[in-house]
Amino acid sequence: MSDPTAKKALVAGHGDFAAGLISAVEAVTGRGDLLDPIEVKGLCGEDIQLLLRQRLETIGATVIFTDLQAGSCTMAARRLLREMPDVLLASGANLPMLLDFVMSSADDAREAARAAVERARAAISIYGAPT
Amino acid sequence: MTLVLNRIDDRLIHGQVVVGWGQPLDVRFIVLVDDAVASSDWERELYRMGVPPEMELRFHSAAEAAPLLDQYRLDPHPGILLTGDITTMRELVLHGGVREVNIGGIHHRAGRRQYLRYVFLTPGEQQALRDVASLGALVTAQDVPAARAVPLEEMLAHAEDL
Repeated sequence: MSDPTAKKALVAGHGDFAAGLISAVEAVTGRGDLLDPIEVKGLCGEDIQLLLRQRLETIGATVIFTDLQAGSCTMAARRLLREMPDVLLASGANLPMLLDFVMSSADDAREAARAAVERARAAISIYGAPT
Repeated sequence: MTLVLNRIDDRLIHGQVVVGWGQPLDVRFIVLVDDAVASSDWERELYRMGVPPEMELRFHSAAEAAPLLDQYRLDPHPGILLTGDITTMRELVLHGGVREVNIGGIHHRAGRRQYLRYVFLTPGEQQALRDVASLGALVTAQDVPAARAVPLEEMLAHAEDL
């Protein structure tokens, strides 16, 4: 990667989702600073979209992680993708996804995000309580 | 069942609506009334992808929706009526028989003043909500079911403390 210390992606979601997940990434890998938490409390959809755009442009990121498919951050990001089609949006983000992303050695953050989404799907398991 | 929630929410379809209210109320359909969304294929598709497959989503303009609300009230399943602004809901109170209005989210924007964590209003919007109440609708603010429904006048008075 050209600059391993640069922020690579935004993380946006409900409540303290972004800050919470990033604190967990930091605890596990020490690479929480690769992710930029987006705080959207009190913002309307248009302002969320504007904020996402500003943060992407400021840090030069090309990836957005959001929590819920129907969430307002996801909706705002999907609108933004019409203006910025090279940005990749991954909804349904979880800790395994973000861990895989920050540990990736891929040159392109979008490539890292695609792989991380697949890894995250496979990281969901249930144990016990046989049916 | 019927329309169990008539909600003003400038984010329209999002987590609070689909999961927060949708699941406990067992909502099977959402009537989204918004002139801009109703007239745009892209907007409709955006919102359609935001709801689970078992939830039906209907789109109408304000003028189109008012005469249809009685039909939706006869639906055997619970549904949510959703507008993105006060003006549209006022139309539905005036011409569509809506008698209870939930303020779910009117967020920060230039010229608006804060009333609750999720409610910001211009003086004109404040008056518009009072107009809705004077038409006979019970207007309360409540973002999620677990929160208390705050009566309109209490909410407006609360702004003095913020």
